[in-house]
Amino acid sequence: MNELPEMITSKSEETVGDIEIQNYTLNFGPQHPAAHGVLRMVMELDGEIVERIDPHVGLLHRGTEKLIEYKTYLQALPYFDRLDYCSPLGMEHSYVLAIEKLLDLDVPKRAQYLRVMFAELTRICNHMLNIGAHVMDVGAMSPNLWVFELREDCLNFFERASGARMHSAYYRPGGVHQDVPLKLLTDISEWCETRLPKLFGDAMSLVIDNRIFKQRNVDIATVSKEDAIAWGFSGPMIRAAGIAWDIRKSQPYDVYADMDFEIPVGTKGDCYDRFMVRVEEVYQSAKIIQQCIRDIPEGPIASDDRKIVPPKRAEMKSSMESLIHHFKLYTEGFRVPAGEVYVATESPKGEFGVYLVSDGSNKPYRCKIRPTAFSHLQAMDFMSRGHMLSDATAILGAMDIVFGECDR
Amino acid sequence: MGHNAPQIDNPKGAMSALKKALGKNCLDAAFANDEISLTVKPDSIVDVMTLLRDEQEYQQLVEIAGVDYPERALRFEIVYHLLSLTKNHRIRVKISTDEDTPVPTVTGVWPVADWLEREVFDLYGVLFDGHPDLRRILTDYGFKGHPFRKDFPLTGYVEMRYSEEAKRVVYEPVKLAQDFRSFDFMSPWEGADYILPGDEKADEKAGEKAKPSTPKTTDKPSKTGAGKAANKAAAKKSDKAAKKPVKKVAKKTSAKKGAKK
Repeated sequence: MNELPEMITSKSEETVGDIEIQNYTLNFGPQHPAAHGVLRMVMELDGEIVERIDPHVGLLHRGTEKLIEYKTYLQALPYFDRLDYCSPLGMEHSYVLAIEKLLDLDVPKRAQYLRVMFAELTRICNHMLNIGAHVMDVGAMSPNLWVFELREDCLNFFERASGARMHSAYYRPGGVHQDVPLKLLTDISEWCETRLPKLFGDAMSLVIDNRIFKQRNVDIATVSKEDAIAWGFSGPMIRAAGIAWDIRKSQPYDVYADMDFEIPVGTKGDCYDRFMVRVEEVYQSAKIIQQCIRDIPEGPIASDDRKIVPPKRAEMKSSMESLIHHFKLYTEGFRVPAGEVYVATESPKGEFGVYLVSDGSNKPYRCKIRPTAFSHLQAMDFMSRGHMLSDATAILGAMDIVFGECDR
Repeated sequence: MGHNAPQIDNPKGAMSALKKALGKNCLDAAFANDEISLTVKPDSIVDVMTLLRDEQEYQQLVEIAGVDYPERALRFEIVYHLLSLTKNHRIRVKISTDEDTPVPTVTGVWPVADWLEREVFDLYGVLFDGHPDLRRILTDYGFKGHPFRKDFPLTGYVEMRYSEEAKRVVYEPVKLAQDFRSFDFMSPWEGADYILPGDEKADEKAGEKAKPSTPKTTDKPSKTGAGKAANKAAAKKSDKAAKKPVKKVAKKTSAKKGAKK
């Protein structure tokens, strides 16, 4: 009993404020299920509060742009599938449009409709993955399994059109690779009408008004309009901040000018808004797909410029010239006039741009890819500052980042 | 009708207005493929960007791309792509530099320039003066060289593997099982500026031997090379050619006969 006062006195000398607490430095990733790939974030934590985040990217850098410089224009196309492997056709779209802009090549209407339709199907496909992953990052399990079923449907549609589930290589300079059967169009239309709204609506009814989901997302990482512009945001990220900016509307390409759709915008610019913008975009995409299927004309699916688009197999059996064209296009490839273009399209994740420099040969001199993730992920630091460690996964999930595209 | 790429309206006089606004900082303005490119003085890039953002409504910096032109004195071109959300317009601003001369950073104008400039530094080795954190971004920790330069080989210099003996990842010089295949698609009749292998010999011979002053003609029978002498020579050759197979056949038949006996 005599020792007790001594203990109390020795403790009372050091109060809470006197003890120096050092900040944790925590490695988030590179192998972490919520890192959505190979992201390493060096986090400085004050207790559970994030003070600073330094994302280390480039762990999936494959030198795509350098590889493209050594390939002909057509050979370089499949690299774009492998950039953002969650929405491959969105990447191809920018690239083929860039080539067509340099060539000043017109594309038949049917091909334009097919491209827009599959670009929107890709958007649904991408958002299914992102929405599911985001929901799972903040703790809900079953919606992810439901929306993955829809994603599987989309991949089946891609397979029926191109033969490949993910890396389709379906868009070609001058059109698309091959025509789709009528049954595929009717199936997609039916799917958009019945299965998609039902399954997606059911899955979203579990999360949208869910108390836990809202607690994890509302008012997390609020981004003002000014910040969104200064940090180069695009796509759902800039729309969630309240700016109705959509390249499909403002700078329409292919047949987007004829499509009737709305641009959902957020009000606060928090994680919940970003999520809800994507949810609404799924419905808008389904609307565009329906219009495409309704209006799609009959006709050729690729330009008939035989110096760029290879001839049909059947033609080659009887025409010597077709055989020569085929041989030349698949060995040497076509030449693109010297010049430079920057073409950006509204990929599911935002503005995906291709800066193509041609020196007049059959290979690109330089092909700079503008990833959406670079500007978004860079904002991770200021967006998560002052939030809890567990919010970092919600913020990252709402950004929709894929490292194939970010690291290139 | 031409391409279907994103349609951007270029109002009349937009380029000259921009050129006028930039004044003497603007070295060149070009309009090609429906896009406006401005080449500006490298030192003035911060002023130019601030002006374009604040007075010309180009609010967003979308992209910074490096391009390498090894044949130029200032080999690197740094290309900034700007987007105006209000005018719905895009422009491109270019500056040039070499390996040693740093260019001013635009991180003060747009925070997003941070990573974009780091990327150009990493891949091309362009130095950005005043950049807060000029580290490599895409390549490996401890990477040497700037891989997107045109003189950097596609295969790189080192390859990485996990060594069972060392129990760690090791770097070794690249060993290729098959040479990297590079095909030459320049057709000689479309203005290839190099000599095809073997063609240089043709020139040498032509130089050594004096060209015949008169072309060979065959207006007289004696000049054709035909005649008795030629007939004799031909007959000799054909005799030899005819005899050889006959002999062989004879031998073979005799051998067969011998076997039968």
